[in-house]
Amino acid sequence: MTPTDERRGLRARLSRPGETDGLVGILVKIVLLGLVDAIAIYAVFVLAAQEKWAVLAVAVVLTVGVNVVYLRRDGLPAKYLAPGITLLLIFQVFVMVYTGYIAFTNAGDGHNSTKSDAIEAIATKGQERVPDSPQYQLSVLEKRASLWFLVTAPDGTVALGSSEEPLEEVDDAEVDGSGKAVSVDGYSTLSFEELLDQQDEILAVAVPVSDNPSDGSLRTADGSTAYEYRSNLTYDEAADTFTDTTTGTVYRDGGEGSYVSDDGEALVPGWKINVGLDNFRRAVETPQLRDSLLAVIAWTFVFATLSVALVFGLGLFLAMVFNVASMRGKKFYRVMLILPYAFPAFLSGLVWAGLLNTEFGFINQVLLGGADIEWLTDPWLARFSVLFVNLWLGFPYMFLVCTGALQSIPDEMNEAARMDGASPWRAFRAVKLPLLLVSVAPLLITTFAYNFNNFNVIYMLTRGGPRFEDTTSDIGATDLLITMVYKVAFGTGTGRDYGLASALSIIIFVVIGVIAALLFRRTTALEDIH
Amino acid sequence: MSTVPAPRRRTFRRWFTDLGWRHLVGIAVTVYAAFPILYVVSASLDPSGTLAGSSRLFSTIDLSNYRDLFTDPSRPYGRWFVNTLVVGGVTAIGTVFLGALAAYAFSRMRFSGRRVGLLTLMLVQMFPQMLAVVAIFILMSTIGDVFPAIGIGTHAGLILVYLGGALGVNTYLMYGFFNTVPVSIDEAARLDGASHAQVFFGIILRLVTPILAVVGLLAFITATSEFIIASVFLTDPDQQTLAVGLFGYVSEQTSTNWSIFAAGAVLAAIPVMAVFLALQRYIVNGLVSGSVK
Repeated sequence: MTPTDERRGLRARLSRPGETDGLVGILVKIVLLGLVDAIAIYAVFVLAAQEKWAVLAVAVVLTVGVNVVYLRRDGLPAKYLAPGITLLLIFQVFVMVYTGYIAFTNAGDGHNSTKSDAIEAIATKGQERVPDSPQYQLSVLEKRASLWFLVTAPDGTVALGSSEEPLEEVDDAEVDGSGKAVSVDGYSTLSFEELLDQQDEILAVAVPVSDNPSDGSLRTADGSTAYEYRSNLTYDEAADTFTDTTTGTVYRDGGEGSYVSDDGEALVPGWKINVGLDNFRRAVETPQLRDSLLAVIAWTFVFATLSVALVFGLGLFLAMVFNVASMRGKKFYRVMLILPYAFPAFLSGLVWAGLLNTEFGFINQVLLGGADIEWLTDPWLARFSVLFVNLWLGFPYMFLVCTGALQSIPDEMNEAARMDGASPWRAFRAVKLPLLLVSVAPLLITTFAYNFNNFNVIYMLTRGGPRFEDTTSDIGATDLLITMVYKVAFGTGTGRDYGLASALSIIIFVVIGVIAALLFRRTTALEDIH
Repeated sequence: MSTVPAPRRRTFRRWFTDLGWRHLVGIAVTVYAAFPILYVVSASLDPSGTLAGSSRLFSTIDLSNYRDLFTDPSRPYGRWFVNTLVVGGVTAIGTVFLGALAAYAFSRMRFSGRRVGLLTLMLVQMFPQMLAVVAIFILMSTIGDVFPAIGIGTHAGLILVYLGGALGVNTYLMYGFFNTVPVSIDEAARLDGASHAQVFFGIILRLVTPILAVVGLLAFITATSEFIIASVFLTDPDQQTLAVGLFGYVSEQTSTNWSIFAAGAVLAAIPVMAVFLALQRYIVNGLVSGSVK
């Protein structure tokens, strides 16, 4: 890896200023840079219109940076590294930092946005029908899985809107015989059956009448007529409180990201605030959560360690078995052994889940003659099963790697040991194995790190289950930290809790960081011995 | 008469201790490795459709599951397939391109921060993007509010996120391979007046085609098997990839949808496995030379 003189000479020439790229090169460069700048200018306008100043600043810095890198003569390496590094910085480094930030907030269901968004949302919710509201003729439309209201007011004006988009007048709507607008280009009108199918969603739609939330919104009770509704909660800007006009209850900013009444009732949604170490404290102090978290951390280590050991053991064993020059059919075996590696990983988990199914699975039904062993639903058997399936997924890779490593070790070394009277096993242990370990150690580390986060095999097989019985959250016997993160953040059933999920991610970061540091140091130690 | 079989038995025993047991191991492992795959193929040809029905291998052969696969509008398998090809293909091409650019810089240029840069890439790839899935989700939702074209629910946004992980182990693989191309080739071209870009696009890229194919294929497989970010990103069934779509389909009712799922799995696996087996020599060489130092 030390640079040779040859390369030094080249470097001098490569970075010599004043070289030109030829006409085509310059043209390509101008066009590409022009495109980037055009997109950037568009982005800046959009961002300025939406008053997102922080993002705008980032966009400007990035764009200026790109222009500087590609317009100056020097700094050739930067020209080659910039595209990849930019994406890396945004989607790998920044998001890690951002995870750290989220871990200290209460982000999650009902706490996703700013306070002013929450005020607006509360003002549009909790509504009651305006007593003298006119009746609007309604057609429900759909576009990209979102529902839209096409309404015809008593005076004949036609307007369109959705829960996110306030009503806006349209003049190209198609009108039926009774004067009711029924369809608009680009939207599909729901049929009666579809209305029935989605009635819950349709009843939940509230289309703001205007940008001002206190103007109220249109809702429907039957899918064919809509009325104006207005909130019974009024916002007092000076006092920063909501007042329920029917009961007189006052809701105040309780300091925890939501408006609360004196008897503790909170308005939904709230907003995102910093909660300091609360998420971590919650993970450690809530007994239910702490116990399952400890179990998950322990299992994650056991799973990753055993996976590496099993995969490496079987892979090395097979590599040694087939590492014989005179053996026939080696190519055939090799292709067969690679099959699990070539089969898409997410499918493997699903296929094995079918094979191991207690009631109908092939293993219980046919191989075990109708047994009902709970391969995936008994905690210990499920742990065994995920390890077994992970061995199936992983041994081909280790087989390939070990074969390569074995073949790169000259046979003479082995023979020399044999000549000195060592048994084959001893010769292998004393000579080949250490050499093999030196070259394979980095791969064992990465395999460990990979299995530490082996989301697919767990989620596709058991989804982390069977669930622990002593906890209300969806955490189970085979959950790894990463599946737990996913379920806490995006799980169905229990609400989304981004803050806690990010705090758990931070734990994974720390663990992997420590392992990486320790093992990388150890690898270099091994190399030095070599 | 009795003397004849004795040496033959001895040779058999010798053959067995020498090679025969290896074949036994080989057969056992072949069964272990290939059985689940044979089982899926068999289940996909079973018209009964349920998990319970598919317990006798290849008892019937019927293609109706493959036909049904493309006819259910609530399960747009064709769309999933195309989406997967698009997401995987663009990600693979982008990864190869970005990785090759970086590997060229690391391999051919000497600059301050080069060693640190290489080591950092090694380190960063130990922290997979999915750990930050929450942050990615919130970031892309925010971006999507401003630029819907790359927000949550779009392929473009998902591909951008995947490309954020393009450098890393791929760059390392390529870097190793680039180093095996003699620098004298570059120098000769430079002396003839070629610019660094011409050397890179015109000469180097052609010489390193095998590693480009390997990295492209690995990136394709990684992107198409990725579940966690894709499932958060793509909620509209028409936009989903095979991993997300098939998981949702089979996890709803494993036992009754089984045969159709099996057919879908077989179709999804065939192209990947075909390319993989065709390129296996390159892949193995790449893995071994790139990662085993």
